[in-house]
Amino acid sequence: MPKKKWLGENSNGDVSFTVVTLSGSRSLVVQLEREGTKVIFGMPGGANLPIYDELGHSNIIRSILVRHEQLAAHMADGFARVSRKPGVCMATSGPGATNLVTGIATAYMDSIPMVAITGQVASTAIGRDAFQECDIVGVATPVTKYAFQPMKSSEIPLVVRKAFYIASSGRPGPVLIDIPKDVQTSEAETEFPSSIKIRGYEPVIRPSEEEIRRAVELVLCAERPMILAGGGVAISGAFAELQALSEMLMIPVATTFKGKGVFNETHPLALGPIGMHGHIEANKLILEADVLLAVGTRFSDRSTGKVSEFAKDSKVIHIDIDPSEINKNKEVDLGIVGDIKVALQMMVEEVKTRARNHDLKSWNKHFTEVKEYCKNKFAKDMTKMSAVSLLKTLREHLPSETIVTTEVGQCQMWASLHFDVIEPGTFLSSTGLGTMGFGFPAAIGAKVAAPDRPVLDIAGDGSFNMTEAGLATAVLDNIPVIVVVINNGMLGMVAQWQRLFYGRRYNGVKLYNLPDFVKLAEAYRAQGLRAQSLEEFSKALKLGLKSDVATVIDVPISPEEDVFPFVVPGTALKDMIIA
Amino acid sequence: MNSLTAYPSQNTSNEPTRGGETIKDSQIWDNGTRTNNLNSIVYAIVENKRGVLHRVSTMFRAKGFNIMSIAIGGTIDPELARMTIVPSGDEASLNLLVKQLRKMIDVIEVGTMTRDKSIPRELALFKFEAPNSETMKRTFEYLSNSAGAKEVASTSRSFVLELCSTPEEIDSFIAKTSKLAELKEVVRTGVIALQRDDP
Repeated sequence: MPKKKWLGENSNGDVSFTVVTLSGSRSLVVQLEREGTKVIFGMPGGANLPIYDELGHSNIIRSILVRHEQLAAHMADGFARVSRKPGVCMATSGPGATNLVTGIATAYMDSIPMVAITGQVASTAIGRDAFQECDIVGVATPVTKYAFQPMKSSEIPLVVRKAFYIASSGRPGPVLIDIPKDVQTSEAETEFPSSIKIRGYEPVIRPSEEEIRRAVELVLCAERPMILAGGGVAISGAFAELQALSEMLMIPVATTFKGKGVFNETHPLALGPIGMHGHIEANKLILEADVLLAVGTRFSDRSTGKVSEFAKDSKVIHIDIDPSEINKNKEVDLGIVGDIKVALQMMVEEVKTRARNHDLKSWNKHFTEVKEYCKNKFAKDMTKMSAVSLLKTLREHLPSETIVTTEVGQCQMWASLHFDVIEPGTFLSSTGLGTMGFGFPAAIGAKVAAPDRPVLDIAGDGSFNMTEAGLATAVLDNIPVIVVVINNGMLGMVAQWQRLFYGRRYNGVKLYNLPDFVKLAEAYRAQGLRAQSLEEFSKALKLGLKSDVATVIDVPISPEEDVFPFVVPGTALKDMIIA
Repeated sequence: MNSLTAYPSQNTSNEPTRGGETIKDSQIWDNGTRTNNLNSIVYAIVENKRGVLHRVSTMFRAKGFNIMSIAIGGTIDPELARMTIVPSGDEASLNLLVKQLRKMIDVIEVGTMTRDKSIPRELALFKFEAPNSETMKRTFEYLSNSAGAKEVASTSRSFVLELCSTPEEIDSFIAKTSKLAELKEVVRTGVIALQRDDP
């Protein structure tokens, strides 16, 4: 078949050709470029070589090599959380594809837009247990919003268009495209789509005005109203709307852990996250609310504690873009389906036309007093090195626009409790799946999306160990992120549970401070620093912020520091253990 | 043909039996299809393409939904298929199931049908051993005829009947006839149903 000339696009982005003859891998790269893809995190292998060959010819797409595919998925995830566009990751068939799955599942649980592209054995070999064959569509179906397997190269542009559309619209999530190798290489007359419509998929963006009016009425009639903001606020970028609504009505804002930092945590109306390791004042006060406006949250068990006890005496309004979340975990009084940004905008407009029925002075006084009381009563010693003083020091030294990621476990919960997020949307954590090893590659992805901002991973030694090979990518691709390893030589959270629930019988939790993270960083030609005191930590942090190479700061702390408060699983928020 | 207006059949006196023993509901559900204790049958119009059944069944498993039966077939539009699902569980779980189905990208339309407003049908094929005595044979024929079952194949040793009816009628038919002749095999399609139009 003779190759037709590639004509490209005009300045409006309209395609100036209709049908051209292209290979599957070429049309994949072209369509990725048309979707605005600037970077792909991935690793080549036997079944995606044709794609990598085409990527090498692209002047638009930067290809970032990882040393393990799980990192590629987390990097794409971090990139997506910051750029609020789908992150793209790539792997070969079989083990490459299965290595992506943890990262895909992480994105799925946190509703992060991602397009994962995997190579597959030739279509003629599928089902024959060929070398590096894995039914990745079958594996990934429960953890993706959709999984495609185009069997003709001419289908690829439309599949890619649909994948980006599905991943980024409605409740976002990861989408897999699995492309057999012969589909990548075969040439066909290929049409590039301009717009698409998927008949079974029409997310509701604009909530019903009637329901918004009812919600506003309920909130205005409340004597002790409270907002519970979840991750949906960050996904829809409704930070300003949330703040406007809260300030207009003087309603305090608690968040879920996924919602941490969607509302400036130093704001007088901020209460911080509720939940298993929520702020004491947030866990106390949310149970006192008579009307709870929950936006963009799924009432996860980690947030609510025993759900039958959660907000049982309040009227609950729940706004979410996913209709299947309404009444899923928590029966609510008013469920509203729609995009959080649009819904909050509508509420703000509605509030402007109304007079408030109740004076909230006494409620405001009360929660300010409770906040103040908790702050003084549970203040920690800031002179000695501990996880708490470390994180407070960190907050003092970091510019407010810094993007902070976390690993999972004690380091994550300490960050939740003791690191106040100032600029909304700058805190990224694997909150749903709780994936250890997420924070470092997510920080790399975040730095790629926002190269001018400092990016720092609050890590534990156990978690950082899982994806430390990302140092190679950070150094070779000039992505200077900072990792602060809060090093207790333990799988700290597991150890804490063994102390509390298993009679201090430590089993499988001691890491013996191996490896030496300073030497490890140096082995990758990164900057490795150790801080034994808060002063040393401040100095190291300054070096890290100035450095043009990735920095690992190892901070040894006590192996037995606990995270408190703690709501024991299965118990109610009111039964929180303070210390 | 029996009247179907009494659906769902409430004739608890006619417990289904197999080989003379009463069969528990759970056993029937393990081996065949019956309706649930809910008042609803769910239908879904889905894309008629590879992988859709896998996605739907994966969702059922992942979300912990149990179903009594699922039946799938073509529609007037060759690009669409129709699934008829008889869920088990309570009203709340039915609502969640419908929402989860509706959320799926390959699912175009989801609806529930109440029993009194729908026409449910199931097709069953039975292979019986020939009855031992002439009396039993005649009783068997009487039961078959009155149930509307049709003989579709026979040899000297066995014969095959087909019966299209409500799941309850089919259960009841099994219960009555298996006392007269040994039921060797039964195949059931699962329930399909159409909404009844308002008069």
